Amino acid sequence: MIEIVGLRKRFGTVTVLDGIDHHQSAGEVVALIGPSGCGKSTLLRCLNWLETPDAGSLRLGDVRIEAGTPEAADRRLRQRWRRRTGMIFQQFHLFPHRTALENVMEAPIHVDRLPRSEAHALAMGLLSKVGLADRAHHLPAQLSGGQQQRVAIARALAMKPQILLCDEPTSALDPELRGEVLAVLQTLAAEGMTLLLVTHELAFARDIAHRVVFLEGGRVVESGPTRAVLDQPQHPRLQEFLGKHRARPL
Amino acid sequence: MRRVLILLLILMAWTTGVRSTSGAAQTPEPAIPQVLRWANDAEGGAPYIFHPSDNPDQLVGFEVELAQALCDRLGCTSQFVQYNWANLIPGLRQGGNYDIVIAALERTPENLALVAMSRPYFAFGQQLVARTHDTTIQSLGDLVGHRIGVLASTLSHRLVTQQGGLEVRVYDENVNYFRDLELGRLDAVLTDSPIATVQLRNRPNLRAAGPPFAPAYYAIAVPTSSPELLTRINGTLESLIQDGTLERIYRRYELWGPQQATLAIWNTAAVSTTTSGASTAATRPRPKPTLRYFSILMEAAVTTVWVSLASMALAMTWGLGLALARRYGSRPVRWMAISYIEVFRGTPLLLQLYFIYFGLAQQWGWKLSAGAAAVLTLGLNYAANEAENFRAGLEAVPRGQTEAALALGLSPAMTLRRILLPQALRISLPGITNDLISLFKDSSIVSVIGLVELTKEFLIRSLDAGDYIGLGILTAAIYLAMAHAASLGARALERRLRT
Repeated sequence: MIEIVGLRKRFGTVTVLDGIDHHQSAGEVVALIGPSGCGKSTLLRCLNWLETPDAGSLRLGDVRIEAGTPEAADRRLRQRWRRRTGMIFQQFHLFPHRTALENVMEAPIHVDRLPRSEAHALAMGLLSKVGLADRAHHLPAQLSGGQQQRVAIARALAMKPQILLCDEPTSALDPELRGEVLAVLQTLAAEGMTLLLVTHELAFARDIAHRVVFLEGGRVVESGPTRAVLDQPQHPRLQEFLGKHRARPL
Repeated sequence: MRRVLILLLILMAWTTGVRSTSGAAQTPEPAIPQVLRWANDAEGGAPYIFHPSDNPDQLVGFEVELAQALCDRLGCTSQFVQYNWANLIPGLRQGGNYDIVIAALERTPENLALVAMSRPYFAFGQQLVARTHDTTIQSLGDLVGHRIGVLASTLSHRLVTQQGGLEVRVYDENVNYFRDLELGRLDAVLTDSPIATVQLRNRPNLRAAGPPFAPAYYAIAVPTSSPELLTRINGTLESLIQDGTLERIYRRYELWGPQQATLAIWNTAAVSTTTSGASTAATRPRPKPTLRYFSILMEAAVTTVWVSLASMALAMTWGLGLALARRYGSRPVRWMAISYIEVFRGTPLLLQLYFIYFGLAQQWGWKLSAGAAAVLTLGLNYAANEAENFRAGLEAVPRGQTEAALALGLSPAMTLRRILLPQALRISLPGITNDLISLFKDSSIVSVIGLVELTKEFLIRSLDAGDYIGLGILTAAIYLAMAHAASLGARALERRLRT
């Protein structure tokens, strides 16, 4: 369903992504792991055109973009792509001047042009799904971090994305608040949502992901079924990475 | 700033009151000082006092020569002191800056109530001036419903006010109303005949409408505490008239006419019959400096409010455009926005006002009304400030907000309008409110193009009433109320924009 071939991205003289190939089928949950600076966040941002890749071909369902060509700069094409992807940020990035409900309704009304009543019903449904129907009229500042992230997930889901990209969705949260966000993601995975998550929570990755991709130095060093990658790492760099993580309490 | 000034004025008025009552009784000063300091205002002062255009370093005029002749006879050195014309009498009463005033002050009961005045040195009348082609205007009576320009706090000003039914525009000096008459912004000008004589010489499209009327005299103002100086000046003037010195001076400026002959036979009785216009003003009961001025000041405050609000609306719209051009525009667009901001922030408001009101009319024939020019100037000027306020607000919105909006599929324009601007406005609002409040006060600058707003009305009325404290406090209170309303409005808006 999503198919990336030869994705490259440089910032100035630094090559951040050095030829990434990635395929993911519908309903598949993939965890992206790797040391900081390995390019996993940049990869995710490239998949939503928040960063513009220098080269590579990207396909998502029926939308295909060849990076580095003039047509890749077309705003409408990018917008079509973005509407098929949802993005969850580490820092939530809710709109602070809008209530939880208004945050979720924003895109259905102004991008999909849904009638207000329909958008309202959709948003309320999604807020119930993430367990926050009673917080619909709260401003982001009146919500805890975990609640804000759950609103952000509802906001992304309101566009009915084909894939949800999650950039360290729990890293900014206190340990006791992580559970509620992880539970929501778990439910989504169980319902067959396609997820690509960048995460440091290996235990969670083990629980939820079908596959794990290990990135280092802008390349895919190792990838495979979750248990195989996490329990029998082949590459010495991955072994070292996992060793460090086991030594650290989660 | 304006409020501090008013407080200072109040303080000055108070302290001088104390000084003059205690000081007068003590040391008797010599009647004629070594250096006689005489005050006048050289701004737009032909034929009285001016810098000739072919020799701008020189100061000439019939009053300059009169002062010289006077001092020659009195055996002292003459020294000119530049002073704002409207404040010459308060300045003399306050003392310290100059000894006498020779500045076309009318010998009216109003002035005589404030200072001592010499025998007249010049006889003049009120001259109505209209455009050459506009033959319908012959007297004040033809001007009902028309716009007429006068100099503030003069006999002309009082006469047109008494006439009623005229749209009166008040000016600070003597040249700009002729220019506005030529440009069609005014239908007539009422002014002292010597000014009309000089100005009509090189303005072929203007004409004298009817003969001069309401004859009156200019006299030298002397502090009431110097009766001996007054006697000496009167005697000297007498001899300058008798031996023809005055006539020779006036002829050099082509100002000698039959009416000057009345100077020689002048006596106190003559004045009461000839200055009919002034004496009616005198019989009118002088309004007490009380709350009776409130409605007059409030009317002027209306001008202040609409000029300020219209300017602010323009400044916000145009400023937002500039801020967006500066932040999101291509390189040349960005460069133009920055240049605009630098130029309008870095040059004086008064200069911009003159450029827009007089410059545009002169160069390209764009004759803006005073109100339009005022709003345009203040709006264009404040737009530079508002652009920077908006830019600061836009830059303070975290980058993640843009990313979140784009990731949802919102277009860049939609992102700006629905996500960034509401948050930026909230951040910029305190700065914008500040500017609105200073705009209320800065709008007083438009009085130089004839709009009477609150500060100008205060200046005019405080001179009339001789009351700086009561009117000053009243005016300050009105400004304060406007500023307070603005802060309340801003606070309510801030709550609505919430965060």
